[in-house]
Amino acid sequence: MQQQDNDEPLVTIRDLTFRRDGRVIFDGVDLDIRRGRVTAIMGPSGTGKTTLLRLVGGQLRPERGSIRFEGEEITRAGRGRLYELRKRMGMLFQNGALLTDMNVYDNVAFPLREHTDLPEAMIRDLVLMKLEAVGLRGARRLMPSQLSGGMARRVALARAIALDPDMILYDEPFTGQDPISMGVLVRLIRTLNESLGLTSVLVSHDIAEAASISDYIYLLAGGRVVAQGTADELYESDSQWAQQFLKGLPDGPVPFHYPAPDYAGDLLAGGEGREAAA
Amino acid sequence: MLDLLQNLGRRGLGVFERLGRASLLLVQILSGLHTLLPRPRLVIQQVFSVGVLSLVIIVVSGTFVGMVLGLQGYNTLVDFGAEESLGVVVALSLVRELGPVVTALLFAGRAGSALTAEIGLMKATEQLSALEMMAVDPVRRVLAPRFIAGFISMPLLAAIFSAVGVLGGYFVGVGLLGVDEGAYWSQMQDKVDLYDDVYNGVIKSLAFGWVATWIAVFEGHDAVPTSEGVSRATTRTVVYTSLAVLGLDFVLTALMFGD
Ligand SMILES: Nc1ncnc2c1ncn2[C@@H]1O[C@H](COP(=O)(O)OP(=O)(O)OP(=O)(O)O)[C@@H](O)[C@H]1O
Ligand SMILES: [Mg+2]
Repeated sequence: MQQQDNDEPLVTIRDLTFRRDGRVIFDGVDLDIRRGRVTAIMGPSGTGKTTLLRLVGGQLRPERGSIRFEGEEITRAGRGRLYELRKRMGMLFQNGALLTDMNVYDNVAFPLREHTDLPEAMIRDLVLMKLEAVGLRGARRLMPSQLSGGMARRVALARAIALDPDMILYDEPFTGQDPISMGVLVRLIRTLNESLGLTSVLVSHDIAEAASISDYIYLLAGGRVVAQGTADELYESDSQWAQQFLKGLPDGPVPFHYPAPDYAGDLLAGGEGREAAA
Repeated sequence: MLDLLQNLGRRGLGVFERLGRASLLLVQILSGLHTLLPRPRLVIQQVFSVGVLSLVIIVVSGTFVGMVLGLQGYNTLVDFGAEESLGVVVALSLVRELGPVVTALLFAGRAGSALTAEIGLMKATEQLSALEMMAVDPVRRVLAPRFIAGFISMPLLAAIFSAVGVLGGYFVGVGLLGVDEGAYWSQMQDKVDLYDDVYNGVIKSLAFGWVATWIAVFEGHDAVPTSEGVSRATTRTVVYTSLAVLGLDFVLTALMFGD
């Protein structure tokens, strides 16, 4: 632990500022993703966790600030360089994002066929191994439209690890999983991280699961990092943010509601209905 | 009044902005074409889905258009005692005009709309994003093969349309109305010029294929990633392609046959 802390982080984010349609999503975020660790990013819905993963993947460009991957500035990388870097990142999309015109097997084989010259026999072995890991080897002939949401996400996970990347970005891997596959996935993420020496970034709302496997947690709210630390540190911290979020309380610094005018006044005004009727 | 002008100005700018983006996309597609050379299967697959699936509608429409041409042509020609020339009239109308134009219009409705919807939905379901994150350029992997497939399929479909149409005209003219069979074919052979008529027809359909798939692919790629956005994009593909094909047809006809 001590000695690993001295390592340079795989990803360093400094003073990240990003706006969407004039709305500030990030306002000076500093964040480190350490090698070989599972870093969890949590925060209320709509804070920009998915956006953060896209920024790290270079799909969006920030307004200000730096994102370095192994010391290399992603925000200024050219197209070709960015594609090289992305071969070393796997990303699990929130809804799976499988290619709908090919079956499960071909989806997992896709990155291998695009980026390697491996013979088909070896691709087959690799694909079956990855599918076995997520428990879907028997589903390889199914089309994405025949999968449930949770199954699709597990196939997407198999695809994300197909090229044995250095880092995996998981966007909500646990949503839609039953308790059994949830347990398997939680262990899988941890095992992958250990056995392949991966670095994992985990975006999740499932506090217990995420806390159980992550080495470090960042809590985002209102465009900033409001709390950070290991799970134990956060549970014990006196940060109101951490307490509210971890315990799921409606009252606290994190507003549950999207900004809106006063409730009673809004009910009495009845604008929309009247306008529509008139 | 000022509002109106302002609105007009904004719309005008919007049109140019979209044209600019469409041109940029075309450049990207063209500059990525060499990556398809070692992988012809990607294109062949698309030729199948774009071309072969449009075959039925092309054959059926071609037959009917040819039959109508035979009937109308006969009624006009017979007044001058020139019904022997029916073959020429049918063939020239098809090869020069109706083949390329009607094929392009049918193509917009059958294949163009499908291309736009497919690409738009791939965008809406983050498949294009996922490709980017897998370090696969969606423009090269998804758009370019479809563009080339459309470009290749259009002249082939137009040729099939014309051939079937000539047979339709033959069926009505020779089979039903009693035009001399030898005259139908020999006059056609005499008067239809390979260079003037056939080549120009092929050039037209190449141009239409280019424009039709360019519009279809761009509208899909540029669609707002929601179901409403995709449905709007699909409509735009059909409307813009039809207008572009008809306008372009006039320009090309004027250039080719205008002097
Ligand atoms: N394409 C877009 N255009 C404009 N605004 C967007 C777009 N995508 C997301 N946003 C806005 O950016 C903010 C952050 O979105 P993001 O998807 O990153 O949230 P999130 O933290 O992943 O939420 P969730 O936990 O619900 O997935 C949201 O408030 C959303 O309104
Ligand atoms: Mg999200």
